[in-house]
Amino acid sequence: MGRAPWPCQRESTQVPKSPTMKYWKGIEELENSPEFLQTAFSEFAPMKDLHPSSDPTAAPRRDFLKLMGFGVAAAALASCEAPVRKAIPYLNKPEEVDPSIANFYASTYFNGADYNAVLVKNRDGRPIKLEGNPESPITRGGLSARAQAAVLNLYDGGRLQHFAIKGQKSTPEALDREVMSKLGSAGRIAIVSPTIISPSTKRAIAEFANRYPGTSHVMYDAQSASGLLQANSGVLPSYNFERANVIVSLGADFLGTWISPVEFARQYATTRKVSSEKRTMSRHYQFETAMSLTGSNADVRVPVKPSELGAVAAALYNGIAGGGSSSYSNPKLTKAISDLQANRGASLVVSGSNDPAVQTLVAAINQTLGNVGTTVDLAAPSMVRQGDDARMNALVEDIIGGRIGGVIFYHANPVFSHPMGEKLKAAIPKLGLSISFNDRLDETGSLCQYAAPDHHWLESWNDFEPKRGFLSLAQPAITPLFSTRQAQETLLRWAGNNTTYYNYVRNGWRNVLGGNFNAAWDKAVHDGVAMGTALAAAPAPSAAAMSAAEALGQLGSAKGSGIELTVYEKVGLGAAGFESNNPFLQELPDPVSKATWGNYLAVPRKMAVEQKWEQGDVIKVTGNGKTIELPVLIQPGQANGTVSIALGYGREMAGKVGDKVGANAAPFMGIATVTLDKTGANSPIAQTQTHHTIMDRSQVVQENSLANYIKDPKKVTEYETIVTPDGAEKPSKVSLWQDYQYNNHHWGMAIDLNSCIGCGSCVIGCQTENNVAVVGKQEVINRREMHWMRIDRYYSSDAHRTDFDEKGKLATYAAMEDPSENPQVIFQPMMCQHCNHAPCETVCPVLATTHSSEGLNQMTYNRCVGTRYCANNCPYKVRRFNWFSYYSNEKFENVNGHMFTDLGRMVLNPDVTVRARGVMEKCSMCVQRIQLGKLEAKKQKRRPMDGEVVTACAQSCPTEAIVFGDMRDPESRISKLLKREDGERAFHALDTINVQPNITYLTKIRNAASEFFPEEKEA
Amino acid sequence: MSSPRLRVLPHLLLALFLTFAGTYQASAQDAQAVSKEGVTPGATDGAAPATGGGDAAAISAGDALFKGNCAQCHAVNDKVVGPALAGVEKRRPISWLIPWVKNSSKVVASGDAYAVKLFNEYQKQQMPSFALTDKEITSIFAYVKSAEGGTKQAETPGGVTTENSPKADEGGAAKYVDILLIVLVVVLIVLVVTLVIIGNLMRDVLRGRKDLNGRDVEVLEQRTDWSKIYRSPVLRGIVGTVFALVLLYEGVQQVMAVGLTQGYQPTQPIAFSHKLHAGEHQINCAYCHTSVYKSKSANIPSANICMNCHSQIKTESPEIKKIYRAIERKQPVQWVRIHNLPDLAYFNHSQHTQVGGLECQTCHGPIEKMDVVYQYSALTMGWCINCHRETPLNTKGNGYYDALVKLHDSKNAGAPFTVSSNGGTECSKCHY
Repeated sequence: MGRAPWPCQRESTQVPKSPTMKYWKGIEELENSPEFLQTAFSEFAPMKDLHPSSDPTAAPRRDFLKLMGFGVAAAALASCEAPVRKAIPYLNKPEEVDPSIANFYASTYFNGADYNAVLVKNRDGRPIKLEGNPESPITRGGLSARAQAAVLNLYDGGRLQHFAIKGQKSTPEALDREVMSKLGSAGRIAIVSPTIISPSTKRAIAEFANRYPGTSHVMYDAQSASGLLQANSGVLPSYNFERANVIVSLGADFLGTWISPVEFARQYATTRKVSSEKRTMSRHYQFETAMSLTGSNADVRVPVKPSELGAVAAALYNGIAGGGSSSYSNPKLTKAISDLQANRGASLVVSGSNDPAVQTLVAAINQTLGNVGTTVDLAAPSMVRQGDDARMNALVEDIIGGRIGGVIFYHANPVFSHPMGEKLKAAIPKLGLSISFNDRLDETGSLCQYAAPDHHWLESWNDFEPKRGFLSLAQPAITPLFSTRQAQETLLRWAGNNTTYYNYVRNGWRNVLGGNFNAAWDKAVHDGVAMGTALAAAPAPSAAAMSAAEALGQLGSAKGSGIELTVYEKVGLGAAGFESNNPFLQELPDPVSKATWGNYLAVPRKMAVEQKWEQGDVIKVTGNGKTIELPVLIQPGQANGTVSIALGYGREMAGKVGDKVGANAAPFMGIATVTLDKTGANSPIAQTQTHHTIMDRSQVVQENSLANYIKDPKKVTEYETIVTPDGAEKPSKVSLWQDYQYNNHHWGMAIDLNSCIGCGSCVIGCQTENNVAVVGKQEVINRREMHWMRIDRYYSSDAHRTDFDEKGKLATYAAMEDPSENPQVIFQPMMCQHCNHAPCETVCPVLATTHSSEGLNQMTYNRCVGTRYCANNCPYKVRRFNWFSYYSNEKFENVNGHMFTDLGRMVLNPDVTVRARGVMEKCSMCVQRIQLGKLEAKKQKRRPMDGEVVTACAQSCPTEAIVFGDMRDPESRISKLLKREDGERAFHALDTINVQPNITYLTKIRNAASEFFPEEKEA
Repeated sequence: MSSPRLRVLPHLLLALFLTFAGTYQASAQDAQAVSKEGVTPGATDGAAPATGGGDAAAISAGDALFKGNCAQCHAVNDKVVGPALAGVEKRRPISWLIPWVKNSSKVVASGDAYAVKLFNEYQKQQMPSFALTDKEITSIFAYVKSAEGGTKQAETPGGVTTENSPKADEGGAAKYVDILLIVLVVVLIVLVVTLVIIGNLMRDVLRGRKDLNGRDVEVLEQRTDWSKIYRSPVLRGIVGTVFALVLLYEGVQQVMAVGLTQGYQPTQPIAFSHKLHAGEHQINCAYCHTSVYKSKSANIPSANICMNCHSQIKTESPEIKKIYRAIERKQPVQWVRIHNLPDLAYFNHSQHTQVGGLECQTCHGPIEKMDVVYQYSALTMGWCINCHRETPLNTKGNGYYDALVKLHDSKNAGAPFTVSSNGGTECSKCHY
């Protein structure tokens, strides 16, 4: 294995793993392309081409003038008096609000698909951050990346700020008058919404329907679960991955986007955590087309075409139930069947397919295995997907056919997110009455006659029942910013009920909460969650759509041909496009492809090689008469003969951030086969995967198999030693530097690679907490993204570039085909390692980066002069340079809008500086939180308690993979964890270079026989 | 001393010094300024008098609770908005006091004679309810008991006299030197005058004599040729150099003072006098600046706090009427901010008041004597750092520091455990 030359001779402890495992971040690195090599060895991208000027003399002249201008400005500034600043107190200070003390209010985030119980952090009356609500029995304190970023939507300048009639500003009264005069004579009225899980909202809709009897309410989900609902007699089962020893997923991205990812991730991670006392973990099989977040975490992943998924389900069913011949066979499937059979009642099969036949078989498999009642719960069904595709399609046909009098679009944007959006676009203006409650004049709302924008959810009261028996409340955390009105109140008013929605919700809960209602209500508002149901009694289960035998028959006939297409939902952006105008989510790298800002056509490597496509070549995708043009991204692990496209991109009227980013794949939903043609154009993809490469140094990530772990936990991690006169020693034994003494605190972090699923929640948590700038697509391409925390995703394979010399080119290429066809994936959150012997500290000429007495590597922005030496000297590549004033340079006005306007700046964390141009920045280990925690302890005259100080990343992690604490406190969680794992799974990235980080990683353990680990002898 | 040339002299000295000392000079001056302008380290340590019995922990907890909840309306030994609390446990039993603190209007409503009398005595102003536990309330009274009798607490800061005494000596010595200098100057002036008089007398005497030859007359009538000195290249060089150095010095001083607003004393929209409120009426700072003990910001009082008193007091004053107008128009008063730290520096009031035990005056100066508030301290980084280097930590009775103090004493016996020795001058204690 080729390594960067290193002056010390090294010996490796014997590790029973494949000696030639090669990690690579992207196809470029695997191929070692010249472009990759050009940039791999420099911290910063070459400067050429960044100035789009053809005249080589232009730039220096401009620079000269700028310098002149700066000189004049500086001189003028020096002679200026300081500006007069005002201190404006409250007129009547609320008792519970103190300036600069954060208040937390429990609330609920639900965007039509994801449920998250949240705590809203309020500073001086404005929400600045969302955190998970630990009281919630469902999300248990975790928070998805989408929910983390949702606070930004509140201050989105693209929101519609007033009521509007035919696009003209209006007042609620005028709109009420006009609409109510029309409603009575409208005839058939339809309310179109995504899934609504609010019992009170449903009551309000029912009240409206009662007043206007022609009303029907149609829900549809952009990523539909209709098939699953049909197969389970109209209910969506709850799943409990925590009790499953064997998990088989047929294309369900349950860690990323499927039904309730935060809940599932927590359950899943519980089964994946190991220690020397608990040497067991679940085994996860994934059969899927595109490489999903869930698939990248699977122990065994099998790429299958979409058309084969039915056959896989049939084979699985036949294998479990016995009998029948199957058209699909695979040794991994056989192993899955035997594993499932060995874990009856403690296994789980799920599928993301929308085909009722597949879901019927999956339900039958779980039934046969006795999983119903243990891992599958039909008694407390989930409510978060209620969309009915058939009803929605019928409604769309009715709208197009002119058979509907009026439509109310309640947060629904079917022109964008429904496959028949184009036809709807033509039909909506012809409606007799069209009303939009959407928060902006989007693709649908702009076509409607009336716009009655709803409050943002952070400005609203609401209730939710994500699962039967589990209630959740939302309370306003800020006075409404604009002249909007809560949609439920609008509906009630039109129905003749003038109550406020707060009273409406509260009265609705009188039947739910027992005992002293006022006290119980106050507690529910305080906690944000409550037990009990506000729903009507469960409807009698409808008959299942089909029997297993019928399903088998239907699936037997399915046959794919040509190039198959899947459309999927991104972990960051939802399929419905509600988050499109959120720059945090647009710039959140996809967990697997690491692409930002736009969607792309993911193709397997084999197809790209055959078709001679390069990454970024624009391809015209044609299917069923519809076309779309997208750049190619070579995705290792994509099933051969298939391509996939993400939904939720290509918005036309989302706002400054989201417009014209990518292309809309919604029309391709339901289209199985496509043809692909190269257009000759090229559109670069802003991918972060090969930025900050670690140059082939070993010991950055470590993994091993469960079999080896069971044998001896002390031998799963490779600890390198260096040779000294006294024999082989740990690298830390030899040092040129004096060690620091930590008397007070020694902050540290441990990251369990076994529980990290790579979801990116921490990245957004860090970004909102620390005012990290968004830089936009071009700057990401220039390798200048500002994220303090990134999640490195490595593919691993056997092949290595030295093989070219040793084994010959052809043989190596042949061998490499396979790993890139289905590589293993490992995620590693990477941020400043807060080294005790930090290389950055020694090279700073102005002492802008120094070491604190608590183990932190401090970055002092106001001292930094921007030499960038520190970034060059950082072995982890975690330092970020401010190339621009992202808060005032108009180039970034669209993407970083929240730092530009007074409205947007309300979201900034007032405890963290917004960095100026020309300074370095990096992870501070949330020093503002550390300082606050210490101060609270000092005020109460005690030591800080463990868990009191927690970084934004550790707090947001849905799987509790990140543990933060004081390593000097022997009773802290981190101290105990590190003590337990010392010599077993605990390792430092790049241990050999002896920078002694304060961040410790725990080796990933895989529960699988794979291409890379030898088959277990016995389980 | 009025001759222009003499005035140049100190400048010349300073300028020469500046040339050698370089930029170090500036920071040294800052430090000097601070030590002169009276950050008195530890001057406030003794705020809690050692009198009275009771559990020390309960008293200190009571102290914090008192400051946070009660001090806005009550003082221990003085009547403020509410009655003075000294001896309250003698006046009423604790079993009466606890329900009163928790919900006074309930006690009044119950018809308790004492409560009704009290209520009427204080213009029917309701005491707000406090959600405190019985234990917390008892600890407040324990504190009240311990603080009884020390009416002039603030003026008799106990402790740390040893710290202050060398400084006092130093001040005395400086004064002595000054007097000596004045005496010497006077003696010098007398001598010079005497000499001139003697010289003139001598000349007159000699002029009167007739036996002088031409040479003697020449000597006698000799006059200083000032034009020669004026033309002297050496002198011109010296003057030129001095002039350039003075210019440089003044320039550097100007540049170093950019952004410094020490002494800034803007006119405020309402002529509020701290001298009147904090000085004469002895109203606790935390009564108006409500969050000074618990938050980063001390809180500029909102109009409703003014109204606590001014709904009844001095209602005819034109300045007070401005507050009424603000409330009527729902336009908050726009005070001019005096203390402007740059955004890159994080400063937390509660860290210094509640934890550090500093008095407001340490940084804000004699606020109780200011009719119009001005910026007393330099608020430069040098000023902050200097205090952090010199001030011993207020560790007494604070469980956070117990182990640290032991560790520090075992390693550096005798050296004070200052803020900086606990990492208080590290960058990211204030910059993040």
